[in-house]
Amino acid sequence: MSGLLKIIIQRLFLGLITLLVVSVIIFTAVNLLPGDFAQAILGQGATEEAVAAIREQLGLDQHPVQRYFQWLAGALQGDLGTPMSQALFKSFAGTNTGESDVTVLSQIGPRFANTMFLAAVTAAIAVPLSIFLGILTALYRNSAFDRAMNVFTLSSISSPEFFLAYILILFLAVLNPIFPSLSNIFEGMAFGDRLEKTMLPALTLTLVVTAHMMRMTRAAIINLLASPYIEMARLKGLSPMRVIVKHALPNALAPIINVVALNLAYLITGVVIVEVVFVYPGIGQLFVDSVKIRDIPVVQACCLIFAAAYILLNLTADILSIISNPRLRHPK
Amino acid sequence: MNAIFTIIALLVAIAACGWVFRIAGQKFTQNRPYFRDMTFGVAFGYAFAAFALVALIWAYLQAQSSDPLVANKYFFFGKAVEGFLIFAVAAWLFRLLGRAVGTAGTRKLFRSMPLTASFGVLIIILYAIVAIFAGVIAPYGQEEILGAANVVPGGDPALGGNPEFPLGTDQIGRDILSRLIYGAQNTVGIAFATTLLAFFIGGSLGFLAATLGGWLDQLLSRVVDALMAIPSLIFALLLMTIASVWSNQVGIPLTYFMILIIAVIDATRVFRLARAVGSSIVVMDYIEAAKLRGEGLTYLIFREILPNATAPLLAEFGLRFCFVFLTIASLSFLGVGIQPPLADWGTMVRDLGQFINFAAFAPQVAVTPLLAAGAIALLTVAVNFVVDWMLHKSSGLKE
Repeated sequence: MSGLLKIIIQRLFLGLITLLVVSVIIFTAVNLLPGDFAQAILGQGATEEAVAAIREQLGLDQHPVQRYFQWLAGALQGDLGTPMSQALFKSFAGTNTGESDVTVLSQIGPRFANTMFLAAVTAAIAVPLSIFLGILTALYRNSAFDRAMNVFTLSSISSPEFFLAYILILFLAVLNPIFPSLSNIFEGMAFGDRLEKTMLPALTLTLVVTAHMMRMTRAAIINLLASPYIEMARLKGLSPMRVIVKHALPNALAPIINVVALNLAYLITGVVIVEVVFVYPGIGQLFVDSVKIRDIPVVQACCLIFAAAYILLNLTADILSIISNPRLRHPK
Repeated sequence: MNAIFTIIALLVAIAACGWVFRIAGQKFTQNRPYFRDMTFGVAFGYAFAAFALVALIWAYLQAQSSDPLVANKYFFFGKAVEGFLIFAVAAWLFRLLGRAVGTAGTRKLFRSMPLTASFGVLIIILYAIVAIFAGVIAPYGQEEILGAANVVPGGDPALGGNPEFPLGTDQIGRDILSRLIYGAQNTVGIAFATTLLAFFIGGSLGFLAATLGGWLDQLLSRVVDALMAIPSLIFALLLMTIASVWSNQVGIPLTYFMILIIAVIDATRVFRLARAVGSSIVVMDYIEAAKLRGEGLTYLIFREILPNATAPLLAEFGLRFCFVFLTIASLSFLGVGIQPPLADWGTMVRDLGQFINFAAFAPQVAVTPLLAAGAIALLTVAVNFVVDWMLHKSSGLKE
């Protein structure tokens, strides 16, 4: 057991280092901006005073390395800086506007919770569905059902998210008004309402990730069907369903868990487009809006959060596959 | 709630039908082994398939109904069924053609080809033709403003259409059909160029790392690891933000920056594969022999390693093209990709997207954004079908 703990701690440490490197990459990328950062965002019509105010506010007169460590220290304490829009406003107003300051954190916080809600709803639908369908396709492999599912999943994997989103809007919101096509979620909403408004984005994401998880489940089970113990179970006279659920599935669980975690990590990128289509107030939409108005501090913070979530989920996949596989648990 | 009850009732009814079907089969065939040993799951599958077929035909007939309200509701469904049938027949005919003409090699290839793969090949050829000859096929120029804005698709003057513009015009009066055709040239062309660049960067660095090994291999691999830790779309968006400032200052169009950014991001994935494939080839005896002969690095990479790595790299090229194509379409859809006035499918979907909300009473208006999005989906689906078939064939898996 202590060996296992050691491996897990090792992986966590590696993940932490990766995150650190990623933060350096993000910071460097932002500092590649030509000339002065403050001038770049204010454009040609900038007055000297406005540029100076922003420069001071962002600490641009300091050395980049020093700024990086300040940014990192702030990020660790939950202070991700001030959004550019706010800084602009202040620099034009000329004074500090007082206590009702909007920080990057206060902008991201509630949206992050919304995105997590969307991801949780998606996972709650997609994971059981894909494992169920994976078992069914493995059971009836090479039948018409299996072929139809193969074509269907390949198509849904390879379609762009917005195409699936618009198809769902067309059939489930416009032609048959079952779910609302706009997810205007606000705080203090009843859970049922919230769930209803989240349904279409969640279904779109489900279509995207289910296909991959289902194919992997099917492949993992079919891989095992040639093993001697499955042959034994068959010769004992067990029904095909029982052979798969009782004998093949537990041994196929490791790759399945792995692919589930990886797909949840994939959700992080898929979420950006889907949130934009459905105007879902999540972190992805904030990210895209900030990219459009070049609000660098927000873009930086969102990037860091996305990367952290991505690394964390990949790490989870890694650790879970070690735990579920004895051969990896006791490395030679 | 009502909908859930209906679904449950339907499932129970189908299950009952399946049960009756199995009993009836046993009775009428004097307990043939097929019916005697049929599991309930298979019987349910038959009943479900029969039900789905009937529902499909019913919905298709609804689309032909004379009542416009009903017909509108099933308009898209009817078109989808027609499109599916047309494509299926076209793919079948194409496969027949492939089996009849051509060299012995291609004929053999077509004989073992599943219908999905021949569909994929057909679509890819069609897209290539449209992309190359866009200037000849398109009735108008992609930037040409034709006066009449917001002409409804369908070409029926009674509904606000114009036969000169079969798919209507957009908000500032550009012909949508022409823009769709030019979109093939721009979107597919740019994606193709980006993939080529990604393969050039990633492939050469990957082979270099595999052949030389040592600190260069370590350095490149660690850099690629770090770059791959950031989700690609997020990273692309971050770099596009910075590139948009640069492009304003330097005066180079943003599209060139986008090609470079996506190529570098995707090159990391190509690097991984090229290095893995390369390092398994490098340990072969013939490489050792070539090294002893005193061959140079370029000879080793291009004459010894590359020819032996074509098959996996080719499959990867197809998949990578899909990823790049989807990333570019997504960026354009978000408004930071291919810039106007170039016609591009992602941008068209974003600009025309709100027309979907009129689908209930004017279905032809909602067709255009779906056509642009569908054009993207069709190509990626086609490429995926072909790659799936290639992988299946090369792996030799039968189950």
